[in-house]
Amino acid sequence: MSAALPLLAAEEFQAPGLGLFEWPPLVQGAAWFNKPALFAMVAAVLALVFVYAAFSRPKLVPRGIQNVGELAYEFAREQIARPFLGKDSDRWMPLLFSMFIFVLIMNLFGSFIFVQFPVMSRIGYPAVLSIGVWLLVMYLGIKNQGAIGFFKNIMFPPGLPGWIYVLVAPIEFISTIFLRHITHAVRLFATMMAGHLIIALFSEVGWHFLFVQLTPLGAPLGLLGVIMTILLTAFELFIQALQAYVFALLTAMFINDALHPAH
Amino acid sequence: MYLLAAEEANNPLLPHTSEMVVGGFAFLFVLFFVGRLLVPRIQKTLAERTEAIEGGLKKAADAQEEAQQALKEYREQLAEARHEAARLREEAREQGAQIKAELREEAQAEARRLVEAAHAQIEADRQQAFAQLRTELGRLSTELAGRIVGESLEDEARQRRIVDRFLEELESSSSEAVR
Repeated sequence: MSAALPLLAAEEFQAPGLGLFEWPPLVQGAAWFNKPALFAMVAAVLALVFVYAAFSRPKLVPRGIQNVGELAYEFAREQIARPFLGKDSDRWMPLLFSMFIFVLIMNLFGSFIFVQFPVMSRIGYPAVLSIGVWLLVMYLGIKNQGAIGFFKNIMFPPGLPGWIYVLVAPIEFISTIFLRHITHAVRLFATMMAGHLIIALFSEVGWHFLFVQLTPLGAPLGLLGVIMTILLTAFELFIQALQAYVFALLTAMFINDALHPAH
Repeated sequence: MYLLAAEEANNPLLPHTSEMVVGGFAFLFVLFFVGRLLVPRIQKTLAERTEAIEGGLKKAADAQEEAQQALKEYREQLAEARHEAARLREEAREQGAQIKAELREEAQAEARRLVEAAHAQIEADRQQAFAQLRTELGRLSTELAGRIVGESLEDEARQRRIVDRFLEELESSSSEAVR
């Protein structure tokens, strides 16, 4: 892309747009196999390699990478599972820890040199995870509270004056059954996409005004672009980790709501 | 498929089926290996570690208690030993006093014995002196009488008779005087 840029934007600065998120197939004829798909698979393998290295033969007294793995595991247990699931935490840790690690690596690809694309900025990847969570939550809710009880508990939270259920019931139904699961995916996708766009914008500024069209007036702007790119990359690292945490945290919350009726 | 994807690409909010399939499989892969196989291992290890630490803490608490127990026993034994020592000291003091008394008594008896022996000696000496004195006195008196009387008293038999008679008189008179 950057190779095409000097030709295209030699005269005028062009801000990067949604085109950033369109990837041609890496192999002709296999339309599905583009860069995000490749790195989704790489992320899965990396997650396995990391966790395998840490936990394949766990020692009572941890050494080396096991320490790092345990740090991640205990963070996930104490900060993601525990707040909502309490003593059920250990049962759901396989799912939550896998999800946290997987999403984290997918996000961190956005700041990883030569990859520099957060896979989660393609809606399909967060969507499939949130659909999976949705299916799990529906199953758990119906299993634990009964088909009628589950929807009744969602639509008619106790302790409200009667007439207000006219409003609350449809809102709660739509919000709990659909909206929060949609926003679950969209939140992750949107933050990753926005972060990627902003970093791309500033690095494009730096590239354009320092290399493509170096002018006395544009140079400070280009320099600003470079500095902002560095600062925002640091910020983006934080956001990427935070969103992985939030995604897993919300999953824990949804699971808990399905296991135990709210309120 | 590719054309379709290219058309849909305009709306970034619409997920592509292919992405969902790839993402789904990638996540299932992670879920199976990480969630199903590896997480239980670390859960087991963490549980074992908790157990080991709790066991260690319990062991330490037990050891502490045992040490306290031993200390208490030692203190008791020490107190007992002190008590015993005091008792022995008291006993020794009593024995000492007794021995001292015995010794004093013995010494007094010895002194008495010595005094008695001295008395006896004195008595014997007195007797001896008395006998000697009697002999001497006889000779002196004879000599004195011979001189006074002027008669020859050379005859031994007469001499002895006169002396004995004189001494008997003297003795009777002296014993009478003693009485």
